[in-house]
Amino acid sequence: MNIINIEHIAKVYQVGSEEVHALRDVSLKIDKNEYVAIMGPSGSGKSTLMNMLGCLDTPTSGIYDFKGISVSEMTDNELARIRNKEIGFVFQTFNLLARSDAVHNVELPLIYAGVASTERKERAKQALVDVGLADRMHHKPNELSGGQRQRVAIARALVSNPAIILADEPTGNLDSKTGEEIMGLFHEIHEKGNTIILVTHEEYIAEHALRIVRLKDGLIEKDEAVEKRFIPKVKASNL
Amino acid sequence: MSSIIFELNEGLAIAWRAIRANKIRAALTMLGIFIGVTAVVLMSTAIKGIDNSFKNGISALGSDVLYVDKWSWFSNDEWWRMRNRRNIDMEDFHKFKELAKLPIAVAPVTNSVQTIKYGERKVESVFLNGSNSDYVKTTNFTFDQGRFYSEIESNSSRNVAVIGSEISSKLFPRGDALDKTIKIGATNFKIVGVLAEQGSVVLGPFNPDNQVFIPIGTIFKNFISRHSQTVTLNVRAANPGMVEETKAEAEGVMRKIRGLAYDEPNDFSINQQEGLQEQYDSFVGIIQIAGLFITGLSLFVGAIGIMNIMFVSVKERTKEIGLRKAIGAKRRTILAQFLLESSVICLLGGLIGLIAAILLSLMLNQFFPTSIQYDVVIIAIIISLVTGIISGLAPAYTAAKMDPVDALRYE
Repeated sequence: MNIINIEHIAKVYQVGSEEVHALRDVSLKIDKNEYVAIMGPSGSGKSTLMNMLGCLDTPTSGIYDFKGISVSEMTDNELARIRNKEIGFVFQTFNLLARSDAVHNVELPLIYAGVASTERKERAKQALVDVGLADRMHHKPNELSGGQRQRVAIARALVSNPAIILADEPTGNLDSKTGEEIMGLFHEIHEKGNTIILVTHEEYIAEHALRIVRLKDGLIEKDEAVEKRFIPKVKASNL
Repeated sequence: MSSIIFELNEGLAIAWRAIRANKIRAALTMLGIFIGVTAVVLMSTAIKGIDNSFKNGISALGSDVLYVDKWSWFSNDEWWRMRNRRNIDMEDFHKFKELAKLPIAVAPVTNSVQTIKYGERKVESVFLNGSNSDYVKTTNFTFDQGRFYSEIESNSSRNVAVIGSEISSKLFPRGDALDKTIKIGATNFKIVGVLAEQGSVVLGPFNPDNQVFIPIGTIFKNFISRHSQTVTLNVRAANPGMVEETKAEAEGVMRKIRGLAYDEPNDFSINQQEGLQEQYDSFVGIIQIAGLFITGLSLFVGAIGIMNIMFVSVKERTKEIGLRKAIGAKRRTILAQFLLESSVICLLGGLIGLIAAILLSLMLNQFFPTSIQYDVVIIAIIISLVTGIISGLAPAYTAAKMDPVDALRYE
């Protein structure tokens, strides 16, 4: 079954008196347990597409069905609910709460899902164990390395068992070795049956995925399977 | 319902984290509310205290007593005209006593300011009253020791005195004033009575605790000229229901004594405690409004401070708000988070302010009457909460309506 079904969506922004067509006509289907990389130069509409896929924004026209439900007409609150339950975000800049420890950062989505405190803590700790941070539970972001921070963010994305993991340049702020570790972690998460959408501008990172969607000027230029997939060798998790 | 409690609970936890994360800023913000609440509470305790003490004091004056005087107590616009009125003298008093049938007591009163001495101790600027023995019937005085001077003592102008409780405690710290001989000016007086505490500081010259009473003949003999000073007639009605009739009769009698033609205005005034009460109420009303306005202003400044800080805080945490929204926080959750944060700050500031105000008013009570009202406690808590909510509303709304995409991109 398609998790994501996008048909002919367009997004137009009004900048001053000028209309900016961020997405012109994009159609895309993503199945369960796919590993898709979205690529494109800046200005290609890749960020807009990611916001759309992440239910942070709605299209100006076209159809977006998420698990068979139309997202295009959802209210802010309904979008918030979908983001909370079905989407796990991983950002380039990690976006952790600076003054909170790892456990609190990871339990955050569960607070908004209305999960009780004890269960929340348990699940958050399990997620941290899963990403290999069993010994860093009560460290604050500034006491963690970049790679560890991104692991906390990944644990946060995983903790609510979302339908898709949406990662926006997850290795952009990391050195290549640490980046490779994080890609290893994504690989294992995918192996466990999760669906991953990866937004990147680096060919090398995109080749970790099974399929690459290339955007240009608000249109899909190419949508193809990866021929020579890069499989990380590092064992990165306890999954 | 349970989900509201859950959200409130989580919201409070988040707010508490945010406050602890910025302790100094939160403390400074609280200071604004702290000062505001302290001022408001202190002001209202002081006003209440003055009020209580005035009411206690005024009851010593009796509500069924009329004061026939050359002066009107409460209108100062005709001061120059009253100044030209004839004095009320002892002759007027005797005629009045003869002609007025309704009063149960009529006492002529005149006064002077004197220094009182007993041995080495002395009290300066004491309000010395001269009156007859009926004077005590026009008051609600209670006695600590002794009695009021008798009719015989009064009529024969003996050197006897009744002293107020404050004078007694100043001159006779051991409380053994009765039958002692004191010096008023240069004359010796025997103390025949000591009043129990009657009123308090607020009544000022009306406060009997700080006064001395001697026969009116004696005061004329020793301290003031019979002809230069007017006397006030304290006239007591038979009961509070008779006050109006007694007043009407007194007016008629006085006009007759003064020989006023029907078209001439009164050249005397009939005053009542009621007027004092009205005067007081309007006076305290002004203080109350002015005081609460000024203290309210400080609270308002505090509220603006909070609003300012909350705006800064929202701006500063734009990215955090974006993240929270991205992972599923609804608008109202964000709204509640910031409202709770400003409310908690205000409530804490308010509670600390309340405690400070209570301690301060207990300390002030040594010099000045204060009275802590329990409704003030509740009002202070409500005020700080409402301040928190109102000043947090605009910033919280700004946070709630942020677009998650823009907020996440914010640097």
